Amino acid sequence: MGKVKPGPLARRPDNSAFKQQRLPAWSPMLTANSVLPFFYFMALICMLLGVWLLLTVQSTEELKLDYTEAGTCNLCFEKRNVSNAAQPCICTAVFNIKKAFKGDVFFYYGLINFHQNLRRYMDSRDDAQMVGRKNNLKSPSSYCMPFDKDKNGVPIAPCGAVANSIFNDSFTLSYMTSSGSVRVPLLRKGISWYTDKNIKYRNPSTENMTLPQVFEGTAPPLYWQKPVYDLDPLDKNNNGFINDDLIVWMREAAFPNFKKLYGVLHRANKPFMNGLPAGNYSVEISYNFPVQYFRGRKEVVLTTLTWFGGQNHFLPIAYLVTSCLILLIAILLTVFWFKFGKNGQNMEE
Amino acid sequence: MDFDGEVICEPPNNKLDKFTGTLHLRDSKHPLDNENLLLRGCVLRNTEWCFGMVIFAGLQTKLMQNCGRTTFKRTSIDKLMNTLVLWIFAFLICMGVVLAIGNTLWETWTGRNFQVFLPWDDFQSSAVFSGFLTFWSYIIILNTVMPISLYVSVEVLRLGHSYFINWDQRMYHSQTNTAAEARTTTLNEELGQVEYVFSDKTGTLTQNIMVFKKCSINGQTYGDVYDEFKQKGEITEKTDCVDFSFNPLYDRGFKFYDGRLVEAIKLEDPVEQDFFRLLALCHTVMPEEKSEGHLVYQAQSPDEGALVTAARNFGFVFRTRTPETITLCELGRAVTYQLLAILDFNNVRKRMSVIVRNPQGQITLYSKGADTIIFDLLDPSNEDLMYTTSEHLNGFAGEGLRTLALAYKDLDEDYFEIWMKKLISASTVIENREDQLAVLYEEIEQGLKLLGATAIEDKLQDGVPETIASLVLADIKIWVLTGDKLETAMNIGYSCHMLRDDMNEVFVISGHTLLEVQQQLRSAKEQILGLSRVSSAGDVEKAEMFADGSVYEETIIAEYALVINGHSLAHAMEPQLEHVLLDLACLCKTVICCRVTPMQKAQVVELVKRHKRAVTLAIGDGANDVSMIKTAHIGVGISGQEGMQAVLASDYSFAQFRYLRRLLLVHGRWSYFRMCNFLWYFFYKNFAFTLVHFWYGFFCGFSAQTVYDQWFITLFNIVYTSLPVLAMGLFDQDVSDQNSLHYPSLYKPGQQNLFFNKRQFFLCTLQGVSTSSLLFFIPYAAFSVMVKEDGSYISDQHVFAVTIATSLVIVVTVQIGLDTHYWTVVNHFFVWGSLIVYFSILFAMQSDGMFGIFTSSFPFVGTARNCLSEKSVWLVILLTSVVCVVPGMAVSFLRVELFPTLTDKVRHVQQFRKRQGPQEQSLRRVRRTSSHRSAYAFSHQQGYGELITSGKNMKMSTPSSTGSPGRTPQSSTWIENMLKRKNTVSCVSDESTGAPAKTD
Repeated sequence: MGKVKPGPLARRPDNSAFKQQRLPAWSPMLTANSVLPFFYFMALICMLLGVWLLLTVQSTEELKLDYTEAGTCNLCFEKRNVSNAAQPCICTAVFNIKKAFKGDVFFYYGLINFHQNLRRYMDSRDDAQMVGRKNNLKSPSSYCMPFDKDKNGVPIAPCGAVANSIFNDSFTLSYMTSSGSVRVPLLRKGISWYTDKNIKYRNPSTENMTLPQVFEGTAPPLYWQKPVYDLDPLDKNNNGFINDDLIVWMREAAFPNFKKLYGVLHRANKPFMNGLPAGNYSVEISYNFPVQYFRGRKEVVLTTLTWFGGQNHFLPIAYLVTSCLILLIAILLTVFWFKFGKNGQNMEE
Repeated sequence: MDFDGEVICEPPNNKLDKFTGTLHLRDSKHPLDNENLLLRGCVLRNTEWCFGMVIFAGLQTKLMQNCGRTTFKRTSIDKLMNTLVLWIFAFLICMGVVLAIGNTLWETWTGRNFQVFLPWDDFQSSAVFSGFLTFWSYIIILNTVMPISLYVSVEVLRLGHSYFINWDQRMYHSQTNTAAEARTTTLNEELGQVEYVFSDKTGTLTQNIMVFKKCSINGQTYGDVYDEFKQKGEITEKTDCVDFSFNPLYDRGFKFYDGRLVEAIKLEDPVEQDFFRLLALCHTVMPEEKSEGHLVYQAQSPDEGALVTAARNFGFVFRTRTPETITLCELGRAVTYQLLAILDFNNVRKRMSVIVRNPQGQITLYSKGADTIIFDLLDPSNEDLMYTTSEHLNGFAGEGLRTLALAYKDLDEDYFEIWMKKLISASTVIENREDQLAVLYEEIEQGLKLLGATAIEDKLQDGVPETIASLVLADIKIWVLTGDKLETAMNIGYSCHMLRDDMNEVFVISGHTLLEVQQQLRSAKEQILGLSRVSSAGDVEKAEMFADGSVYEETIIAEYALVINGHSLAHAMEPQLEHVLLDLACLCKTVICCRVTPMQKAQVVELVKRHKRAVTLAIGDGANDVSMIKTAHIGVGISGQEGMQAVLASDYSFAQFRYLRRLLLVHGRWSYFRMCNFLWYFFYKNFAFTLVHFWYGFFCGFSAQTVYDQWFITLFNIVYTSLPVLAMGLFDQDVSDQNSLHYPSLYKPGQQNLFFNKRQFFLCTLQGVSTSSLLFFIPYAAFSVMVKEDGSYISDQHVFAVTIATSLVIVVTVQIGLDTHYWTVVNHFFVWGSLIVYFSILFAMQSDGMFGIFTSSFPFVGTARNCLSEKSVWLVILLTSVVCVVPGMAVSFLRVELFPTLTDKVRHVQQFRKRQGPQEQSLRRVRRTSSHRSAYAFSHQQGYGELITSGKNMKMSTPSSTGSPGRTPQSSTWIENMLKRKNTVSCVSDESTGAPAKTD
């Protein structure tokens, strides 16, 4: 109640706009003057965006190659079916590019029906370990179970189901010209997010030790052929937890069908200065990743990009459809308004 | 004094008119009955002291026993909310079951094969067990559809609404320095749904002040004011009062505006003089002259006080009385009349007379009473005057004034002697005394000469007719439940326009037996239904076929009113008749129950509550209203003169009946409107928020993976979206308060539960579900093919989570923007603030620093930075927001254009009139032109004449005696009405004379 004021009107409530609910206010109404222009405007915006996006998308090129059983890979596919999974298998798939890919060309691998989005799978990782915490290196989080320790009780680094199931096929792309095949140079670095590479994933501090020494006392994940400190034999700085392929893999896909970046065309030399020229290509695959257990498929995707990302037909079409629907609604509203509401006859009491 | 006794009495009960007990005092037994009992709240008068003993105290008093139980009150929205929460829970279980089955199937077909990469947990033996676990996981994840914060928010809103009621200046009464008070904070929105108002009369509708307003003397009316053009003018504050200063004993509180009457008195017109002489002589008022010239009248009924005061001001001052004499001061001369007999008032006779002998020896009988009765007793020679007076009386009745006709008769000395002897012998008879006396009275009160008529205004509280008219327009049915007499109650009914002369019929139910009452109720109902059937269909069927009269309620065009007295009500409330009563009452526009006990008031309320699914409101000011205030859904107490009991039992209290209009039409309507919009939005928001998980389940192997970040789930309801909707729930106004009052029909949707009901709930969940599916599937379709501008991978779960969360926050914020009708600064602040807070928290939680400190708690590091810098993500967010918002907008636009509700129309008008000032509507007090009913009403009791002639209540005559314990409730209330006949003094404080009700 506060202070008690003296006088005959002591209990009179304050005459403030707030207490008397008379705050100045804007009370908008959905009137024809505001709604109809808004609808036409939205339809126009969506239409313009849609057309723009569509034109942009038309200029991109994309090629998908399902190599699960393509070419010589059906042999490898069979091989992965049986127990001798550790045996290496190399196969080749060929494809043809009819129209040259101009500009930057991106090489993706794709997986169909691989569920990176299962709750237990997604949780099965230790971010603290991968950011280089020493404690977690030797004693991984229990979330990693059962991939936290190997049969001998040695801690696994990196632990967990996500790291364990890393996609381990590797690709060599060749351009087949009349004078033989030219290896297409792919940049395999800088394919992950800056924040991931520099903040989310760090190696344990080395303190004058080599990387293998740091990782001493840990075991590689069960399905890995190489230890984590030896993932990229060519570049020492691309090893350990900050290996680009590992980082890309560790960013779990939201849906069971996904494609992840493998490399970017290095446009330093001819004939790839302007992208990928038309012609025949072959891709040599070190075929390691088994997909038949879960009825999955594997593919490689080559694509050029636009200002809003890769080839994406959904957005322009969705915008165009939305614009048409809004326009339709706007016209219907206008008709109804003209017929029934225009003169405000409904508004009369 | 040594007083050592023992009382043995009945256990505490609620019967006000019965008491039995025995007092054992020094070997002697004294029976105790009702006459020896003082009820709680009584005030002793005319005695300096008395002995007493407290028999019942506190909760055991008869008054408290009448109060009824205090029940826990909840609003219908509350009950609906509880039902809906149960439904939502069932829905949650269903979703859990669907997803659990999905999980079982998925694990059987796909997950089994995925074990290479993700083996089952040790304890997980089969796909079915996995489904079972998934069920519980999903119950936990989807529990956000069950709005826990809903209950808290609803309480906050109600508290806010209560404060707005407390703060409302227009419900503050400056004369009494009382502000309106919401004493319960949980019932506000129910105020917007009231269908039945049960009102007390005295102190609630009326001020319990009687004012001598007009009179008709010898065929001439006085009391109207004429302006210079001889036109009848309105009496306003500015009209000049008649100056009574010629009379040293005049009462300053008395106001009269017609100067002609004083002129007539000054001219010593004998008829005028006789008129006021009668008023000064024929009554049972007790004078009290504490100092010379300072007269205070203690009248048993305020009407009488007003009449005697009028006589006093016009120069016929009633000064003292003894059992045998009355002394007047007639125009300055002291005249003592010998009081020969008082022919007492009772409800059958409807008149009282006195027989006095003036100093000249002339014996005169003065009589006042109901016009219908007095006119029958008149001398035939008076016929012309009778017709004129009767016309005047009709005029008075038309204005809702209470009338009394006055007549006199000069008596022959011999005739009187004989009559007096008969009277004395009759009064000593034991058997049939009453009847014999009545016959004798009848005998002498013949051949009277008409003097004129008085018209007294039972002063209504300010704005009562307007309030009632306004509430009736809002389809609120008002029942008056009063302890007063039939005539008084009806009179008030007329003066506040609840009863009108143009009504087809006013049914008066006053049977004494069950059968009589049944007969009367049936015939009344048959009459209503029969008439309407004839007028509507024409076929004649038995009215019994329509026992369920409510069906026909709507079709009755004719207006009826029902007046029922407490005695009949007791019968009518019996189980076999209550349906007939209720049907009949609901067919009538107006229902007045008179002479009802406090318990009966509660029973009537209970009856309506039980059989009509309607919200009831009881309003009263006295202790006698406590039970009905407690029984009704909402109890309103008038914090007036009658003490605090009603206020203490009430849910809302204010000083004047007229504030009820603002409480219901403005605060109640707003509260209901806000609460409904709030609930609508709240359920929508939670469904849109939560069901995204459900859709995601179909793509993540039903593994109970959440779409959003844990932190977003935690903060969404309490930080990101709570404040805008709270601001809407607190401040929203669809139409302004002036328009709410101006168009009472705006109140009707609340009574019909239109703003939030099961259908509305279904619609809002439907919108929520469709929003959630759009929120999920549009990003899904976009993300399946999306990469970042630099080609790197972007369609991962974290980005997906941030995109959907951002779209969701934007969509629900836009939606609250569309739902808000009244954008105050606070709304702007909260709406924009919420968006800003969302983005700030988003970036803060996904910052490097947070990740560095709590690595495993914030795995989303950098996601917001990476994805919200992408044009494609914004394209997705824009598309999602547009698609989610546009349909709802189109629908609401079309609804307003094609099927505008009254609210929309008023809003429309309001938009155009914004610049113009508020237009106060004044409902003019409609005068009824022709009236052929008696407006007689006199709240008088029998038994006072006897008291005066016996001298029992004369302090002066027996100064040494202890006197009889007087029993005086603070006004003429129910307690008196309960008591058929009293021999003890009961002087009612007469407020018109300004006598304070004080205990010695």
